Amino acid sequence: MCLAVPGRILAVREGAESAIGRIATIDFQGSRVEASLAMTPDAAEGDWVLVHAGFALTVLDEEEALETYASLRIALGDDPAPEEPANDTREP
Amino acid sequence: MDKEGIRGIVDEIAALASGSDRMNLMEVCGTHTVSLFRTGAKSLLPETVRLVSGPGCPVCVTSQAYIDLAGELALRPDTTVCTYGDMVRVPGRRGSLEALRAEGAKVAVVYSARDALAYARRNPERHAVFLAVGFETTTPATAATVLEAENEGLKNFYILGGHKRIIPAMHTLLSAGEVPIDGFLCPGHVSVVIGAGAYEPIASHYRKPCVVAGFELEGMLRAILLLVRQAVRYEARVENTYGAAVTVEGNRAARELTERVFEPSDAVWRAMGRIPESGLDLRPAYRRYDAMDRFGLSFGSEVTPHGCLCGEVIQGKALPTECALFRKKCTPREPVGPCMVSMEGTCAAWYKYGPARAEGGGNR
Ligand code: SF4
Ligand code: SF4
Repeated sequence: MCLAVPGRILAVREGAESAIGRIATIDFQGSRVEASLAMTPDAAEGDWVLVHAGFALTVLDEEEALETYASLRIALGDDPAPEEPANDTREP
Repeated sequence: MDKEGIRGIVDEIAALASGSDRMNLMEVCGTHTVSLFRTGAKSLLPETVRLVSGPGCPVCVTSQAYIDLAGELALRPDTTVCTYGDMVRVPGRRGSLEALRAEGAKVAVVYSARDALAYARRNPERHAVFLAVGFETTTPATAATVLEAENEGLKNFYILGGHKRIIPAMHTLLSAGEVPIDGFLCPGHVSVVIGAGAYEPIASHYRKPCVVAGFELEGMLRAILLLVRQAVRYEARVENTYGAAVTVEGNRAARELTERVFEPSDAVWRAMGRIPESGLDLRPAYRRYDAMDRFGLSFGSEVTPHGCLCGEVIQGKALPTECALFRKKCTPREPVGPCMVSMEGTCAAWYKYGPARAEGGGNR
């Protein structure tokens, strides 16, 4: 649950949900999820971020992000993209 | 890093540790537990360096009484419990949330607190209760979500508060003094938020080395080397091998979100009991989002499944293999205790990777 995974910001939707901050579309080596940038106010399109439970926790530089990604892949075995359990609540 | 480099670190650990008694290093976080097995780090360590798991899993430390309350809420005809996936399989007194579904319990698995909010928005005729669990990594997300519910004037969104703070738990473990701990491998992702500096009191007050690590083999081994080096020199400092993501002060924006919405409170941990300041309550301005208040709930008694050693396991007092239920009555498919539920729970990690090599000292 405390796992965070690096991904790259593809696009930022400004201020759609105010208290939750800007919402970004993040690419995790192929799979895409939305995440809030409330905790990374300076993050911008093209940046790598460490994402946990739908929120970006910190900005990483690219090399670090790729290293982290590779190590998680080894550390956790399966595809480390944030598992998104089949659920009935995600926004389309 | 190449094999030679890894070998070099391992040899240095072995050389440093050879002259001393067995050392117990506690990895606080469940992701480390799994990574240490998967990368082979555990099997590379000498006999004299032993890693024990700590209370670093929000699922594992959540009290049974909390699960029971979640079940009670989910069984209400007008209420949906929204939760991260890990929680649905944790056994409660009447069974897990997953099992209660058969009795009509309404449970929605969400990936993010934001999804719980979206559920509330889309289903105005229902009460949506988010199971707010997790350590400092996860808390700011809940905080932002509560603020957003306030912004939107949502009237059907609540949280069942179960957030925990790791540092007070480390204090409690150390002051009880029952588990010999010679140093802490500090969690990577919690530390992104709280910062490496948060461990200073642990290092200075209890004189325990603390080293923050990421999850790759080299980083974890380097962190273990730094811990062993400090220990044999009788030093106790905070060091950080995960500088890529972790700073001394952590993520200020994240901490501010948490502080705006929550205030520290006592909290009950599985088997560890009530730990002062180790939980978080909604501040009075946001109390109306508290499911406990709104639905007039109170915690029932805590019943440990017969024979389950989870409480000992999360405090480093017992290994999973010492539990009589391990691999027999308790498996990832049919967990008896929470430590077998999540892939990162200590028992689940041992189930998958451990026992074959569990007997050798260094591998434990
Ligand atoms: S055991 Fe569960 S809660 Fe703990 S770190 Fe792991 S996944 Fe998270
Ligand atoms: S094996 Fe099962 S019952 Fe025993 S401590 Fe682990 S989770 Fe609890």
